[in-house]
Formats: sequence, C-alpha cells, structure tokens
Amino acid sequence: MDLDESAEQQDFRAQARRWLRANVPAEPPASLETEKGFAEHRAWEARLHADRWSVVSWPEEYGGRGVDLVKWLIFEEEYYAAGAPGRVAQNGIGLLAPTLFEHGSAEQRARVLPPMASGEVVWAQAWSEPEAGSDLAALTSRAVRTDGGWLLSGQKTWSSRAAFADRAFGLFRSESGTPKRHQGLTYVMFDLRAPGVTVRPIGRLDGKPAFAELFLDGVFVPDEDVIGEPGRGWRIAMSTAANERGLTLRSPGRFLAAADRLHRLWRERGEPRSARDRVADALVGARAYQLFTYAAAARFLAGEPLSAESSLNKVFWSEYDIALHETALDLLGAEGECADTEWAEPYVFSLAGPIYAGTNEIQRDLVAEHLLGLPKGRR
Amino acid sequence: MRFLPDAEQRAFAASLDAMLGSADTPSVVRAWGRGEHTAGRALWSRLAEAGVFALAVPEAYDGVGPRPVELALAFVELGRHAVPGPLAETVAAAVLLSGSDGLAARFLPSLAAGRTMATVAPEGAFALDGDAAEIRLGLASDGLRLSPGHGPARPSLDPSRRLTRLLPGGELLSPDPPAGLALTWARLATAAQALGVGLALLDRTVAHVGRRTQFGVPVGSFQAVKHRLADARIALEFARPLVLGAALTMRPDDVAAAKLTACEAAYATARTALQLHGAIGYTAEYDLSLWLTRARALRGVWGSPDDCRTAVIDARARPRG
Ligand SMILES: Cc1cc2nc3c(=O)[nH]c(=O)nc-3n(C[C@H](O)[C@H](O)[C@H](O)COP(=O)(O)OP(=O)(O)OC[C@H]3O[C@@H](n4cnc5c(N)ncnc54)[C@H](O)[C@@H]3O)c2cc1C
Repeated sequence: MDLDESAEQQDFRAQARRWLRANVPAEPPASLETEKGFAEHRAWEARLHADRWSVVSWPEEYGGRGVDLVKWLIFEEEYYAAGAPGRVAQNGIGLLAPTLFEHGSAEQRARVLPPMASGEVVWAQAWSEPEAGSDLAALTSRAVRTDGGWLLSGQKTWSSRAAFADRAFGLFRSESGTPKRHQGLTYVMFDLRAPGVTVRPIGRLDGKPAFAELFLDGVFVPDEDVIGEPGRGWRIAMSTAANERGLTLRSPGRFLAAADRLHRLWRERGEPRSARDRVADALVGARAYQLFTYAAAARFLAGEPLSAESSLNKVFWSEYDIALHETALDLLGAEGECADTEWAEPYVFSLAGPIYAGTNEIQRDLVAEHLLGLPKGRR
Repeated sequence: MRFLPDAEQRAFAASLDAMLGSADTPSVVRAWGRGEHTAGRALWSRLAEAGVFALAVPEAYDGVGPRPVELALAFVELGRHAVPGPLAETVAAAVLLSGSDGLAARFLPSLAAGRTMATVAPEGAFALDGDAAEIRLGLASDGLRLSPGHGPARPSLDPSRRLTRLLPGGELLSPDPPAGLALTWARLATAAQALGVGLALLDRTVAHVGRRTQFGVPVGSFQAVKHRLADARIALEFARPLVLGAALTMRPDDVAAAKLTACEAAYATARTALQLHGAIGYTAEYDLSLWLTRARALRGVWGSPDDCRTAVIDARARPRG
C-alpha cells in the first residue's frame, strides 16, 4: 500500500499544472447558470479540448488521453487548485458518456462523444418529472413507436441548464401495463430544439435561470438515438446513476481547493477562534474525501466494481460542501449576505447537494440495505 | 499510487481477528478492570507472538519496525475486540526508547517479545495501567524518567482502564527523548483502535436491530433506525482512509486528522449503538458496554479533539512540504 506517485504520474501532474497555469483565464467567466456565462464556459470547454484536457480519461479516438482513474484524480486536483472554471459539459461527460461507453453502439460513440468533448454539444439530463422525483420509476412520459423511431410526449422537470443546452437524455415509458414499473422504459437522446419541445426556464433559489422544465409533444427520435435495447432503460440508467454519485460527480480536487480557500479566508479575517474548529474540520474532511477516493480508485483498478461507494460518497460530500460554505459565509460576517462574493454562488449550489443525484434520505436507505444488510422497509 | 492494503497486510489483520475472536476478550476485559491481569497478560503474549509489539521496535532490537501501516491495521483489530491494557502506551514507549542505543538495547527486546508492558504519562496526565506495566515512563520537564512507582488506581469511565499517577523522580533516561514522534505513534495507534471500536459497535448494533422486533417487524426496518446506522457507517468509512493514509505519511497533521475523525466517528457510533439497543445497551453486564465506554475514553487521550484540530490547522499555517 502506498501513496507515492510514480514518475509518470508526477510528470502528468506537472504537465497538467503547466498547461493550466498558461491557460486558465485570469478573469473568471460569468456564472454558468446564466446565458452569458454558459457561452463563456462553452468556449472554455473548446479551449480545454483543443489541447486534449477536456476528457483526459476517455480513449484518444474520442479526444481523450486514455489515462486511468488515478491520473484523472490528479488532473482534477490540479484543475481546481488552478482555479479553473466549473465544467458546463459535466452532465454529458459525467453521466451520458459513461452510459454510452457501457451500453451505446460504436456508431453512437463516434457521433456523440467528440462534439461533447469539445463543448459544441452540451447535454442536459431529463430524468425527473413533476410526479417522479425520488420515485423515478413513477415516470409517465411516453415513447410511442413510429416509422424509424419514437415519438416522445410528456413533461420533464428540474433539468439543469436545459434552458441553454443543446440536447438531453432521459427515460421514457415505451410499454404500458408491465408487471413492474421498472420495466418497459426506454433510454433516449433528443434534441432540445426539435419540433414539439418547449423549454421553460425556472429560476433557482438565487433567481438564476438554471433549471428548465421540458414539455414534449410528439417529439421525433430516430432509432439511432435509443441507447441500448428499448424497454431496458432502467438498468442502463441505473448504471449511470452509480457513476453520478460515485467517483466522477465530485472529485476531491474541488473540495481540496475549496478548503484551502476557506483556510486562507480564515487567516485573512484574523483567525477568529469561533470558526477555527470548523475550518480545521473542512481541511480534515477534504483530506478524508481525497484518501477515500484514492482507495476507491485502487479497488476499481484492481477490478472491483464501484457501487456501494457511491451512496456513502454522496451523503459525505454533499453535507461536507454545505458545512464548508456555511463557514465561509459566517467568516465573511455582514458581507456573507452579499450575493456577489465568490462564496455566494457555490453556497447556494451546495444547498442542493443533498437533493439532487438521489436525495440523501434515499442514499441512506441504500447504505443501510445494501451495505449493512438491514431489512427493506416501506418505500 | 496504490492506496489499498496488500494481500499480506490483509492476511495479517485477518489472522489477528481470528485469534482474538476465539480468545473470549470480553471476560479478559472484565478481569483486567478488576485488576486481575493473568488472562490479559496471556493475551498480551499471544499478541506479541503475532508480532504486534515488534512493529514499533527497530529490527536491531528484535523488532520488525518501524511499520506504522501494519501497526494501524493491527490496532483496528485490537479495538474491534476491545483488547485491554496499555497498548498505545507500549507503542509510545518503544518509540521513546528507540531514541538511544543504550535504552533501546536495555528495554526494547522484552517489549517486542511481550514480556514487559510499558506505560507513558506526558506531564500532568494519567499513566494508563501503571499497576500492570513494568516500565513506567514519565515525560518530565527535564526529560524522560523511569518512574519508581505509581499512586492508587483511579477508576475510569471505562471500567477496563485503570488510571494511575506516576511517582515523580526516578532514573533520568534521556534529557531529550523523541517525544513528538512518540506522540505521533500513540495517536496513530489510538486512532486505529478507535476505528476498530466504532466498527465493532456498528456490527453489533446492526445485528441487534435485525433481531429485535417491535410492532411486529425488526426495528432495523424502520427508516429512523436505518438512517442513524447509515450515518455511522459513512463516518467510519471516511475515518478509515485517514487512519491508513496517516500511517503511510506519518505526518503529524495527518495523524491528528485521523485521531480526530476516528474518535469522533467511534463516539458518534457509540451514541447510536446505545440508543438503538434500548435499555439493554444501558447495562454493564451486556458486552456492548465494553466498547461504549472505550469509545468515550479514547476520544480524550493522546490528543483531545481540540489538540488534534490545533495540529491540523497549525500545519497549514506554514506552507506544506
Ligand atoms: C440543483 C438541482 C439540480 C437538478 N438537476 C437535475 C437534472 O439535471 N435532471 C434531472 O432529471 N433532475 C434534476 N434534479 C432533480 C432531482 O433529481 C430531484 O429533485 C430529486 O430526485 C428528488 O426529487 P424531488 O425533488 O421530486 O423530491 P421528492 O421525491 O418529492 O422528495 C421530497 C422529500 O421527501 C423525501 N423522500 C422521498 N421519498 C422518500 C423515502 N422513500 N424515504 C425517505 N424520504 C423520502 C426526499 O428525500 C425529500 O427530502 C435537480 C435537482 C436540484 C435541486
């Protein structure tokens, strides 16, 4: 067991650091939750992609560098330490791409992945519906068979940044009257500007138009945009969900950088005793998360599947993130109320952590039942 | 970078687990708490045979050390099985005595072999089990002293721990012993032990709520119960990498972070374990109590939560190497 970086890993770290130092914009782009910021972030994705830093873990043929999970973690540490912008392509890269690598066809990979890597096509996740949140299998949006494809109808909601994104992926009911609600679902990709799609932005807590609801009325999807076998969408989607909560949604690099910033803020504010314990806990938490992730990566590279980790992980980082940002606002004192500090938007975003990607209540159920083996209760 | 115990390290931990699992440690702990040391000493010898105390002793003095990773893995098992005695203290003593060849040659071979137990008291602190240990080390202002004896044993909140004050004076062993390093090792051992205590509390509680029925169903099927246990598991699973990571780097701030997190996780798990056992958990005769009180005691020794946070934040005040 060791934590030593090989010469090759050190080299990779140095290379990433050099590139980031030369390329990270001095002036951070506007919030990616706004139209202007979305465009600026898209341009940043293109910049990353031009030098093959946008998807380092993907195979080279799709614009990546084919590096393993450890090097990906190294890259992420450097990325956030350099103060590089948040990733507008995250939903596609973190959720859809792993699904396509696992369940997609070669044709789909060749067609979908390169423009995703370059930020030319930004993807939104269209899973939730007004009556299907935690109980996702309650979804009722339909996919009806037609010549050469399917017609989508229904409503999706809480789709992050769908107001500005290009395409979306989601689950639709393609058979009715199946014995189980998880059966008869089909996983598809569709165009957010296709005829029949109406996108209505929904302001989030701070008013930024981050979410959108999608009204779908006979939207045509060709057969080549169905992922995997029609009717088997649940299983395919669940492998994506494990990815989402697992290692790739929140890399430790983000929290290491945030804890460092918090510590700097504490020092700048005269090291008030009242916040000292919370600052120390933030430093410790980031280190814990980093080492937990290294261990998970080592298990993964040794051929063990990553499923149980993802629920532990999700509860940990989401609660950690809120505690860290609350501490920062408290340290800012009166300024903590201002919506234009560098802490404001990350704070607002942290508040959503226990809700999205499967609420923490649901994750605790999964930990209790799958890891501890406790009896299933009513759900 | 491969941050996972290797097969040999896992086998070592598993063999200790098996050995301790068949040693009826609960009755050993109870006897130890009454000041009857025979069974505890026998267990101590078996731990020494398995190599546990040699891990902090250099090879030149009959040890196999320093091997902090193996030590951490071993101490997780000691905590899981509630092994009593001056465990972390013996480790700290080994490190203190490694500071000079003369002291090392004089004391370490018998420590490694489990023939002697040591206890250590930093200035002002209790020495754990001064009545059982043959080597009583006091860290005084003028250096490391071999104490001539101890005062009466005071009871601890953990009935298996016997708290003693060392008599002042005695032979001056070293004017400047490696006290910082010894503290780091003691903290690491305590952190690992606490993690083991927490894991044992969780396991026993999961088993209990799966068996105990109320309202016609196992209480473990109630979500309020499940969620407390899930939180305990999450806290312990994030303490584990800190403990192993600290053993690899042996950086004082990493070790402090591990001690803080493992002890807090174990203590929170103790609260959950007690609550979810109901009244039976509140009895001394039920074995759960052995781990409940241990979790409380470990939290305070070799660095309180506040001391550990100080170590973490002070290390950050300087640029990291
Ligand atoms: C910032 C943000 C971004 C999001 N982005 C997207 C996106 O891009 N695409 C997308 O599809 N969705 C997205 N979502 C939606 C998200 O996935 C859902 O909000 C989530 O699944 C919870 O569903 P819900 O909001 O309907 O809450 P509900 O399911 O109505 O839950 C309400 C409360 O009841 C609790 N609850 C429900 N069932 C149980 C149970 N069995 N046991 C215990 N407690 C329970 C929940 O934990 C929660 O606390 C996003 C949400 C947020 C906040």
